[in-house]
Amino acid sequence: MSLLTVHDLSVARGGLRAVEGVSFSLNPGQALILKGPNGIGKTTLLRTIAGLQVPVAGTVAMAEDAVAYAAHSDGLKSSLTARENLTFWAQVFGGDGIEAALAAMDLAALADRPAGALSAGQKRRLGLARLIVSGRPLWVLDEPTVSLDAASVRRFAQVVGTHLGQGGAALMATHIDLGLPDAQMLDLTPFRARPGPVARPSGFNEAFA
Amino acid sequence: MIALLLRDLRLATRAGGGFGLGVAFFLILSALVPFGIGPDRGALAPVAPGILWVGALLSCLLSLDRIFALDHEDGSLDLLATAPMPLEGTVAVKALAHWITTGLPLILAAPVFAILLQLPTRAMPMLILSLLIGTPALSMLGAFGAAVTVGLRRGGLLLSLLVLPLYIPTLIFGAEITRRGAESLPVTTPLVFLGGVTLLVLALIPFAAAAALRVNLR
Repeated sequence: MSLLTVHDLSVARGGLRAVEGVSFSLNPGQALILKGPNGIGKTTLLRTIAGLQVPVAGTVAMAEDAVAYAAHSDGLKSSLTARENLTFWAQVFGGDGIEAALAAMDLAALADRPAGALSAGQKRRLGLARLIVSGRPLWVLDEPTVSLDAASVRRFAQVVGTHLGQGGAALMATHIDLGLPDAQMLDLTPFRARPGPVARPSGFNEAFA
Repeated sequence: MIALLLRDLRLATRAGGGFGLGVAFFLILSALVPFGIGPDRGALAPVAPGILWVGALLSCLLSLDRIFALDHEDGSLDLLATAPMPLEGTVAVKALAHWITTGLPLILAAPVFAILLQLPTRAMPMLILSLLIGTPALSMLGAFGAAVTVGLRRGGLLLSLLVLPLYIPTLIFGAEITRRGAESLPVTTPLVFLGGVTLLVLALIPFAAAAALRVNLR
């Protein structure tokens, strides 16, 4: 049974269609990497799959509450410590394993520092540790390796590998090679919305949908 | 949901959380008005209920834009929207946290500041009661305004303009209860209206605010 099935999906950003006609499915243990030039709609596609936007056309089928979403901002409060931030998200998502997640992202030594005192890469690692404590099977990641150094990227690839090994799946947009052996690639360039009468703004009813 | 409430309370009380801003503004207003109008009891006492309620309302308004804006900036709001709790619940919890950090201190401070404004002692119970019933509506309506303006830069001005008309019924009935308390008149009618406004707001606004948030997150 697949964790995520996307069929003929079209998404819009700012009322204009970005990509259209995208179909794929993700089974437990699979990783899919989205490629494509800037502005083609990778982020929009990921936000749609995470449920933050509604699709213009097509369907996204998956189990309820399956997605852990991580984007450019990590959702950290600078006045709370790293452990407090992580504990909060674990409580919200009903997960646990905070110490294990801190260790997996090499944050154990920084756990009691305020998140505001962490460097950009350390914040990113804390944001990614949140995925582990969320306990959700499908990770939707928008450029997860931004501001990570080479060692952290390898560490993160290990974490993703462990997650896949436990029957999870990962869908990510990234420009660098994570070194995941079995990851599939999907180039979005052929799905770019064609300019023409069909690709006009997706409708004024969006605000009332 | 309790985790969210505790986090918001903890954030408000840590450095830079803005806890006490509302009370400080309320104090400034209550301390300055007697200088502006003059210390005469006959001039101050009649306007005291109105001034106190306007002060409480404006203090409440000061911290409204923080309800969702900070969570939107650091991406927490996106994550909360994907969390396994309904967005309506998130709105209600955040409004409750706002009330605990803003409304509750105002209620506790109001009797002290009322002395500055020469409000008769017999009006104190009604002042506290009206604030206790009215301020939850202020926080919840504020959460709605904050949800509508969440993605906007400098949305504070628009937020104030949106929310002020919605505050007027609460202000009218709240100040009226306090005035009647000062004159030892029966307060049942405005009390029932104030309670009605608050209950209606608490019942409907979480849904409206959650819908506004969903549109703004797109």
